[in-house]
Amino acid sequence: MEVKFDEAALKTANKIISRYPEGKKKSALLPLLHLAQAEFDGWLDVPVMDYIATLLAIKPIEVYEVASFYSMFNLKPVGKCVIEVCHTSSCWLRGAEEIIQHLENKLHIKAGETTADGKFTIKRVECLGSCGTAPMFQVGAQYYENLTTEKVDTIIEDLDKSGKRTTYFDEVSLTAHK
Amino acid sequence: MSTKLLLKNDHVANINKLEVYKQHGGYASAEKAIKTMTSDTLVDEVKKSGLRGRGGAGFPTGMKWSFLAKPAGVPRYLVCNADESEPGTFKDRYLMERHPHLLIEGMICSSFALGANTGFIYIRGEYFYIVPILEKAIEEAKAAGYLGNNILGTDYNLELHVQVGGGAYICGEETALLESLEGKRGNPRMKPPFPAVAGLYGCPTVVNNVETIAAVVPIVAMGGDEYAKIGVGKSTGTKLISASGHINKPGVYEIELGKVSVEEFINSEEYCGGVWKGRKLKAVVAGGSSVPILPTNLILQTADGNPRMMSYESLGEGGFISGTMMGSGGFIVMDETVNIAENLYTFNRFYHHESCGQCSPCREGTGWMEKLTHSIISGHGKPSDIDLLWDLQTKIDGKTICPLGEAAAWPVASAVRHFRADFEKLIH
Ligand SMILES: Cc1cc2nc3c(=O)[nH]c(=O)nc-3n(C[C@H](O)[C@H](O)[C@H](O)COP(=O)(O)O)c2cc1C
Ligand code: FES
Repeated sequence: MEVKFDEAALKTANKIISRYPEGKKKSALLPLLHLAQAEFDGWLDVPVMDYIATLLAIKPIEVYEVASFYSMFNLKPVGKCVIEVCHTSSCWLRGAEEIIQHLENKLHIKAGETTADGKFTIKRVECLGSCGTAPMFQVGAQYYENLTTEKVDTIIEDLDKSGKRTTYFDEVSLTAHK
Repeated sequence: MSTKLLLKNDHVANINKLEVYKQHGGYASAEKAIKTMTSDTLVDEVKKSGLRGRGGAGFPTGMKWSFLAKPAGVPRYLVCNADESEPGTFKDRYLMERHPHLLIEGMICSSFALGANTGFIYIRGEYFYIVPILEKAIEEAKAAGYLGNNILGTDYNLELHVQVGGGAYICGEETALLESLEGKRGNPRMKPPFPAVAGLYGCPTVVNNVETIAAVVPIVAMGGDEYAKIGVGKSTGTKLISASGHINKPGVYEIELGKVSVEEFINSEEYCGGVWKGRKLKAVVAGGSSVPILPTNLILQTADGNPRMMSYESLGEGGFISGTMMGSGGFIVMDETVNIAENLYTFNRFYHHESCGQCSPCREGTGWMEKLTHSIISGHGKPSDIDLLWDLQTKIDGKTICPLGEAAAWPVASAVRHFRADFEKLIH
């Protein structure tokens, strides 16, 4: 299947590209990778990256080297909901490891893995700027703060019920652009 | 009553809306700047204010602005550093989420001072939910004539854009940020040339922290001399402190620099509300993960026995032997139950993960430090490992293109210097 943005996404892409001065389209690369990840199942397959290269008239390698540098870009398939748990100092001091353990027990996977049904991935991440409301995790653009194991249970149930793929470039940002 | 400049309207509902922001005096500074001041007079006011960069290094903002090259016919850029990734720091997030117009107004005043017609707010990708908040504020400001062409009927034009990052602490370093904004990997550049001469797209550029840019708004309103009267000595004005860890009231607090002691900051109800669970204080990282960690006796008092105050100078007193730094104002408190070697492991893991990989001492050294601390905290350490850890950090400090090397070395050095017993406890 040919990889292509639909009309709405293409409009957003062009709007982003238009922000930069003549000849500096490459600046749109990170925003477009976020958009692509949101549009194409939460990860960046090689044909997707090649497509972004075409849009920006740059070499594919210029896309690969960037996509592989930044931790928010997934180069392999991930679950519909990627639970990114902060494990840095302030969160660690307030129980991040217990939260991770609870998630691992609940979903029967280890951090770094995806559930067999493809619904959840647990990822350990570094400080998310939510240290005052620790422990915390992020799912898509949404921050979940001051977590307790009870709160985690409710959040997972809700995400499970909704069954939707969560992305950073969520509907809020998308509509803001369109 | 303490002086509040940035968070004075924190209690006001809907202050994120232009109309409400204006009712509380918003955009008066932008009007004053654009209608009654010139670039030069504005830069002078900021110089007089004594404002120092709030991103970590504390460099005088007015001086930085005066270094900006102004070759004819070449665009100049203002880039707001909203990458905020230093562990323990979350004040820029607070400011942008609740007071987006304060940042936009600060961007307008600062861009005008620099003669920039385009500005970017580079925000860490994880803060994606804040992007629409900022874009909405930009849209409102544009509709009200504070942005776009012929601002307030003058011939000044300004466009602002929000750029999202991709998750990389290194992109907070200003030249890595510019690389990233150009759509590349976040590898810091060699300096010189400094961004003031060759920054974004090779054009003269100023990079400032969110809080620094927001502080320009009250400076324009009250004048540089008045602002300089707030605070103590070279620590002028107010500073946002992100307080976290083992305290009763974590959060973002605005303090008048030099007027609040560390002890008061930790214990008073106005700020942290004391160490949690009635426990004793063990250690504080006062300015974000990179700055030296200090034990209770040295964070509450200087080596000379004076109370330590929340200011650049007082926190720095004693150098790295007995002092620390203001840094980004990320204030992490640890109670008596914490083993500092275990906390250090989280920092070492962080810096290893975030090293961009350009310089061998940082790329390899951070990995070795992570492994070594991991081995110590898992009970596999040898007595000689503590000195090895010390030795390792000396071989990174000062030997890299950008200061991430130092940022990784200092937490190790200070933990070994002040908390050697905690390492020994874990080594059998
Ligand atoms: C590794 C590293 C990370 C940094 N991260 C940030 C950051 O997240 N935010 C920030 O404002 N400055 C950060 N800085 C400092 C910037 O390089 C730069 O000094 C700052 O943005 C200048 O703004 P200021 O003068 O207003 O503080 C970082 C520096 C280094 C070396
Ligand atoms: S340490 Fe977890 S959000 Fe900062």
